Amino acid sequence: MNASGFLSQLLQLGIALLLAPLLVGWVNQCRAWLQNKSAPPLLLPYRTIRKLFLKDAVVAATASPMFRIAPYVVFAAMALAAAIVPSLATDLPFGRAADAIALVGLFALARVFLALAAMDLGTAFGTMGARREMFVGFLAEPALLMVLFTASLISGSTLLPTIVDTLAQRDLAIYPSLAFAGVAFTMVSLAENARIPVDNPATHLELTMIHEAMVLEYSARHLALIEWAAALKLFNYSCIGLALFLPFGIARGSADAAAILGATPVLIAKLALGGLALALIETLSAKMRIFRAPEFLGTAFLLGVLGMLVNLLLGS
Amino acid sequence: MARPRNLFYVGRVLFSAGALVGLLLAAVALVGMNQVPHTAVLPLGLPDLPFHLRLDALSAFFLLLLGAAAAGISIFSAGYFRASDGAAPGLLCLQYHTFLAAMAFVLIADDAFVFMIAWETMALASFFLVTTDHRLPEIRRAGFLYLLIAHIGALSILLCFGVLQGGNGDYTFGSMRSASLRGAWPSIAFLLALAGFGAKAGLLPLHVWLPEAHPAAPSPVSALMSGVMLKTAIYGLLRVTFDLLQGQLWWWGAIALVLGLVTALFGVLFATVQTDMKRLLAYSSIENIGIIVAGIGLAILFKTYGKTLLAAIALTAALYHSLNHAFFKSLLFLATGSVLHATKERSLGKLGGLIHRMPWVAWLALIGTLAIAGLPPLNGFVSEWLLLQAFLFTPSLPQSFINMLVPLAAAALVLAVALAAYVMVKFYGVVFLGRPREPNLAYARDAGRLERVALVWLAAGCVLLGLFPVQVIALLDAVNVLLIGATVYRPEAGWWLLAPIAADRASYSPAIVLVVTVVVLLLTIQVVHRLYHGRLRRGPAWDCGFPSQTSRMQDTAEGFGQPIRQIFEQFFRIERVLPTPFDAEPRYYVKAEDHFWYWLYLPIARAVDWAARRVGAIQQGRISIYLMYSFLTLLALLYFVG
Amino acid sequence: MTHVPLWAQLINVLAALLLLLAFAMLAQRRVLTLINLFAAQGFALACSTAIVAWATGQAHLYGSAALTLLLKVILLPWLLHRLIRRLDVRWDIEGLLNIPTTMLIGIVLVVFAFNLASPIEQLASTITRSTLGIAMASVMLAFLMMITRRKAIPQVIGFLAMENGLFFAATSATYGMPMVVELGIALDVLVGMLILGVFFFQIREQFDSLDLKHLEKLKEGE
Repeated sequence: MNASGFLSQLLQLGIALLLAPLLVGWVNQCRAWLQNKSAPPLLLPYRTIRKLFLKDAVVAATASPMFRIAPYVVFAAMALAAAIVPSLATDLPFGRAADAIALVGLFALARVFLALAAMDLGTAFGTMGARREMFVGFLAEPALLMVLFTASLISGSTLLPTIVDTLAQRDLAIYPSLAFAGVAFTMVSLAENARIPVDNPATHLELTMIHEAMVLEYSARHLALIEWAAALKLFNYSCIGLALFLPFGIARGSADAAAILGATPVLIAKLALGGLALALIETLSAKMRIFRAPEFLGTAFLLGVLGMLVNLLLGS
Repeated sequence: MARPRNLFYVGRVLFSAGALVGLLLAAVALVGMNQVPHTAVLPLGLPDLPFHLRLDALSAFFLLLLGAAAAGISIFSAGYFRASDGAAPGLLCLQYHTFLAAMAFVLIADDAFVFMIAWETMALASFFLVTTDHRLPEIRRAGFLYLLIAHIGALSILLCFGVLQGGNGDYTFGSMRSASLRGAWPSIAFLLALAGFGAKAGLLPLHVWLPEAHPAAPSPVSALMSGVMLKTAIYGLLRVTFDLLQGQLWWWGAIALVLGLVTALFGVLFATVQTDMKRLLAYSSIENIGIIVAGIGLAILFKTYGKTLLAAIALTAALYHSLNHAFFKSLLFLATGSVLHATKERSLGKLGGLIHRMPWVAWLALIGTLAIAGLPPLNGFVSEWLLLQAFLFTPSLPQSFINMLVPLAAAALVLAVALAAYVMVKFYGVVFLGRPREPNLAYARDAGRLERVALVWLAAGCVLLGLFPVQVIALLDAVNVLLIGATVYRPEAGWWLLAPIAADRASYSPAIVLVVTVVVLLLTIQVVHRLYHGRLRRGPAWDCGFPSQTSRMQDTAEGFGQPIRQIFEQFFRIERVLPTPFDAEPRYYVKAEDHFWYWLYLPIARAVDWAARRVGAIQQGRISIYLMYSFLTLLALLYFVG
Repeated sequence: MTHVPLWAQLINVLAALLLLLAFAMLAQRRVLTLINLFAAQGFALACSTAIVAWATGQAHLYGSAALTLLLKVILLPWLLHRLIRRLDVRWDIEGLLNIPTTMLIGIVLVVFAFNLASPIEQLASTITRSTLGIAMASVMLAFLMMITRRKAIPQVIGFLAMENGLFFAATSATYGMPMVVELGIALDVLVGMLILGVFFFQIREQFDSLDLKHLEKLKEGE
């Protein structure tokens, strides 16, 4: 690991941190357009985060240090995941440190800390949000692992850079097992990022919330970090999806600053399309009852398993 | 000095001495792992049957596990047992150290007699330890069930040894290794070993003693049983399958794999609906044993097809998970011991908010919880990572049926792991976080000095095993060479990168993950405080503006497990008592029971009862009938002899 | 891996799509969507038949593809839509087992079908012979759908989906069957539909509902 590799790693991480709130703003704008409403400004998430940083933090008297540490841990885990996912380049030094399974482990770490922090205050909404979040995670994490396993069976490795390299090399080869994996991955991303049809990111009705119920008690800089981490999670999931299913344009081979900056416009274009697709899905579906979430995610999980089986049968 | 009644003497001196012996044992084992097997013959026992003892890599590894975990548990016990518990301290100390010594002898036994004697001593000593508080009937019942199933298992193991000696009459392991069994005998031996050692380890369907015995015992004993005793059963299974039996068959591996995964899913499902913290941890032990046995099954599968490197990886994963489990499960059981002493409560519905009153226990238990949930960069994640990597290699097997089976097996494994995280969040959140559910929890005191030392030792073990997997794997390679004949450790990858097969195939570096996470964390705190500010105010919790919040409004243990209970309703036998609006004293009661009682054990108990009543017809009560029995027997003997 | 031609890759993708749709039908609760999924499956089938026809040069398969398009994508879905409008059947379907269990059994059937097909695949001589396992799996999933549903319409759709799977096995895995057999099967299916339509009306008249558990009342001694 030399200095230039380290710097390009930092560059990718910095671009990810910068672009994540923009993605959230873009999805909100698309959703407003599709629903014939006037859209909020594109840079609104940045202003929200800054506003939150400027406020005084109000912490409940019954909170323990766990409550105050959790947002930093969640943010750090998401940032490390952003450094690992090959969104701009594949030859990154941290890519060897954590493979696909470790990536899912990092997401699980963030989820567990957030759930524990929600239970820390002992309020009804906090524990309810924690319970639902762990429940969605229990079903979504295996589904995501199955999707990544399908990809790793095709590419013969669980390292994300190698997966992207292998999938990008075959020109216009169509993998049937990736069709299953794609559907499963879309369902899992919708659930994990608290999007309709599993959870409503814009709701204020607490009984229907999952993610919002967990962060109900947070304010100021803690809430800013959690919002940023949620945007990073959406960004990471989108980049994983793009890396697995649309790996064109990612800088392969040596990853220096020029290559990374050259790959950024392609990434922005792909994310714009992805954001539009997400907004479309959100507009066309209705939020499910929480009791239907197991069926939804169970279907995603079984589709992932089916993808692996089809891969073993067809050899691709 | 012969009959120590002084609690201080027993606690501080004897138990600490026991801890030191444990550390010594671990050090000896560490040194002995890479050396040639030592054998010794002790002139104890029967005249023609001396005790054979042997220390090879497999025994040394499990001795290391025993020594390291027992050291921590002994230190904890030094500060734990108090006069109010009602047990004679000297007797307890004797039983405890007999238990440890018996386990050590099981691990170094080199013939069937020593093994069985040590095994039985282990069972009896642990029975006495479990029934320490024998005034309570449910503890006596738990002890009886435990002893019963332990003996069924011991019978099976005895029969297995009988098959293994192959007609020689020589019961040393050395002669068993060279005995060549033909036909169906190896399979019979394997199945007997699986049944016998599985009964001790807690595999389905002989697991029913575990959720009863572990909670009934005092907490250090539960930790010892869960952390170490279950691993002696794993040792036995490995010894018989890989060492004493020369060749394996593929379907042995398939059975072990399926049984292990079913056990794992069963254990974790039942853990989600428990309301007693020690029962929850007991079911979680069942789950982890299932994962270990699944790894062993996978190793057998790979070995029968000649893929020794992959078999070594699967075996390494199983052994690593045994070591990890010894550390984090002991840590969690000891933490529950401290909580029990401080609050006198075992039920999850009466705990809560203990992180404020017992910070040492709470923060160290957090490390244990994160480890058992399989989160990076701690040790639980490493063994699960290794096992999943081994699963991903199975498409290279020639038989396509197994190829298809394996995605399903990998899916079951990740489901069990994800559900384990759910269970542990429930455990930690309900016990330590939130608000106290009972007013007398405000008087809880943190753990004493010795208890803290023990918890720190075990937590440090979890962290170090998670951060330095390469070194641990280098250590485990000695066992791999002995049992399978391949090594996993790749020295060229670097001390900080775990890359078992090839560096471009899969790699994981927990050190980098930890360092980067901590650096980002500290950097963020610093940057935010510099650029903005760090002002903080305390106030009441928001809770959507609801004015009067009580501790009853947070989730109970049943409530937290409700989604899982609802989906998997057919797997439990649920009894519910729901209040009606017309009850003067409304009660809500949910009990989730095990189907196996009603499907397997009660029918067998009824059958045994019926048979006993039939046989009891012999007992007529009249002397003339008994005299007639003796007379008939005499006649028969005279006829046959003459 | 040997180089697989583009058309064989397309057939693999369409096979995967077929299996995906069979699974989606298994998990589907609403009748309307079920019929649309069935139409989509017919479309995939027609496409794959056309591709096989183009690749192997058998002109009569074009006719098969056209027939499939006409019947399975246009005519039968239209008939079914009309049927459910007249019978006023739009509500959710509750099955015998809940959906996750049904899907789990579906996965086990898929594994079984794949394993069953692999020795047969060794004997076949076509490039797309590996899709035989997928075709068998689709048939079994459709059968499972017939078994675990309680209302009559999904059972009919299951029956038709079985025929889809068989047709796929015949064309893509073995490059087509004689036109006579083809026409015979098509006629069978059409006649079956007509009879079932009449049958449904009778059931509804008798029991005032299309729930098949009412048929159990016909048992002796009830």
